[in-house]
Amino acid sequence: MVIGKKLLRFIFVVLAVTAVTFLMVNILPGDVSYIIGGETATSEDIQNIRRDLGLDRHIVVRYVAWMGRVVRGDLGKSYLSREPVLDAILRRLPVTLELLIISQLLALLLALPAGIFSAYRSNSLVDRLVSIGGFATISIPSFVMALVTIYLFSIKLRWLPATGYTPFFEGPWANIKSFVLPALSIALIEWVVLMRVLRSDMITTLQQNYILMAKAKGLPPWKILIGHALRPSSFTLITVFGIQIGRLLGEAVIVETIFALPGIGRLLINAIYARDYLMVQACVLLITLGYVTINSVVDLLYAILDPRIRTEASNAG
Amino acid sequence: MPANATSTARLGVIFWLAALWLSVVLISAATAGWWSVPPFDRMDWNNLSALPGTSNSGTVLQNTDELKKNEYIYWLGTDTMGRDIVSRLIHGARISLAVGLCSPLIGFFLGGLLGCLAGYFRGRFESLIVAAMDIILAFPGLVLLLVITFYLGPNLKNLVMTLGFLTIPAFSRVARAKTLALADQEFVQAARLTGAGNLTILVREIIPNIIIPLAIYGLIAVAFMIMVEGALSFLGLGVPAPTPSWGGMIAEGREVLDEAPHVSMIPAGVMFLTVLSFNLLGDSLRNFAERRTSQL
Repeated sequence: MVIGKKLLRFIFVVLAVTAVTFLMVNILPGDVSYIIGGETATSEDIQNIRRDLGLDRHIVVRYVAWMGRVVRGDLGKSYLSREPVLDAILRRLPVTLELLIISQLLALLLALPAGIFSAYRSNSLVDRLVSIGGFATISIPSFVMALVTIYLFSIKLRWLPATGYTPFFEGPWANIKSFVLPALSIALIEWVVLMRVLRSDMITTLQQNYILMAKAKGLPPWKILIGHALRPSSFTLITVFGIQIGRLLGEAVIVETIFALPGIGRLLINAIYARDYLMVQACVLLITLGYVTINSVVDLLYAILDPRIRTEASNAG
Repeated sequence: MPANATSTARLGVIFWLAALWLSVVLISAATAGWWSVPPFDRMDWNNLSALPGTSNSGTVLQNTDELKKNEYIYWLGTDTMGRDIVSRLIHGARISLAVGLCSPLIGFFLGGLLGCLAGYFRGRFESLIVAAMDIILAFPGLVLLLVITFYLGPNLKNLVMTLGFLTIPAFSRVARAKTLALADQEFVQAARLTGAGNLTILVREIIPNIIIPLAIYGLIAVAFMIMVEGALSFLGLGVPAPTPSWGGMIAEGREVLDEAPHVSMIPAGVMFLTVLSFNLLGDSLRNFAERRTSQL
């Protein structure tokens, strides 16, 4: 029941997303063909471009035709490089995925110890320092964080390269090195949300009777925290973790631009600067679909993972 | 929340520090035209990326027909084109604050009203509003923003409208949750029993009670909007040059991050303090309001 309803919502949102993406090019002011044609285009050129894009037909016909092509994997060709848009996107996708994975791992690496310790010693000096630190870092936009990490680790300490990218198979070590700073500048902002969620859930868990039982058995604190308290405290963490991945797609655009990583975000920004409409449309479609899919999967996973929600649903049903 | 000895509702030192900083920024932005600083677009080719405290010692200024060679001290230095950072900061504050304060207002009024009506009337209207908000939220905000400003063209009006539109769902959620909690309360039922119509109940009972939490949420939205405007300007998709903006100033300093880090870091610091202050203000006011209610 729940899954059916969520699937229905997913399909509805995907349709809405594609419609809005399509309308952006077709309804917003400024005929695309004039911009593609440039200032020197004759009216004949404009007519040709309009026919190429199918702009002379009715909007509903165009939408259905476009959807038909998108479903078959034909997103059109770039107006600049004449390269199929889908190829360009697929070539850059691994870079963005690697950035997202490394940054989320780094964020977890920061959030887990900080969250666990803050919950274990809540209202202690360390807890307050972590909370103040968190407050400060969420007030730093990612582009500033990126500049700060470049300044510290690349210019002052000279540990890591500021820009440049090496494909993984040409040099795994250089590849990882080129991802450290971009991933760090995302992680340093993202860990706060994860830490806060984990801390508040963990505090609730630590008040449960079975934790008292474990303490009474004489188990060391770290064993209780990791072995007994962490798993039941991590359901919200998993949900937020998933939602954050979607949100990160936006951050990736900025961070990829600053660090010159050839990912989807940089592709989108370059397409925007170059007024490459079909590329922009395709990137937005892909990013939004990815975002909606991730959110829906996380939603489902949450319902499957958390036994409390399962029982509540079966009790209610 | 357990009542302890210090639970008297008071705003701490941090709140007043944040308020002080914000007043300084607000007043500077409002009086930007009256400051005796060089115009924000006046370039001094002899003092490119000058350090804070450098004096121009009577060099010829470009971009001006002033013959008098005024001596002037660049208190915060100059940027890569020799323009005074103080002057650009206070003019840039106008853009950041205009976007940061105006766009949440759209969300505050439209989102607040929609959420409030949805929570009050329930039924099909509520499902419709919630579904519409879910669809807006289904888009990755920054990407949508990039694309809309790209299609509509970057200027202050489009920026405020687009950002404002994107804040509607969050405000409507807060307003709906608060209204749902209020709708069953005794004073609302009492009003209904005395024969008050829906409009009277909404205007007299519900709205006065949700406006404060909504406004407090608004402060956090302001902080977020300032960061987003900064990111857009940084990418060159904000308010177009020559109008200075904090994000644009940070972007310009990137090229000289090595030899003159202050060109980027001073506007970055100012933006950080402003965003932090709005966050702190929102957070302390929320705690204050919660403690006040729990004391009653």
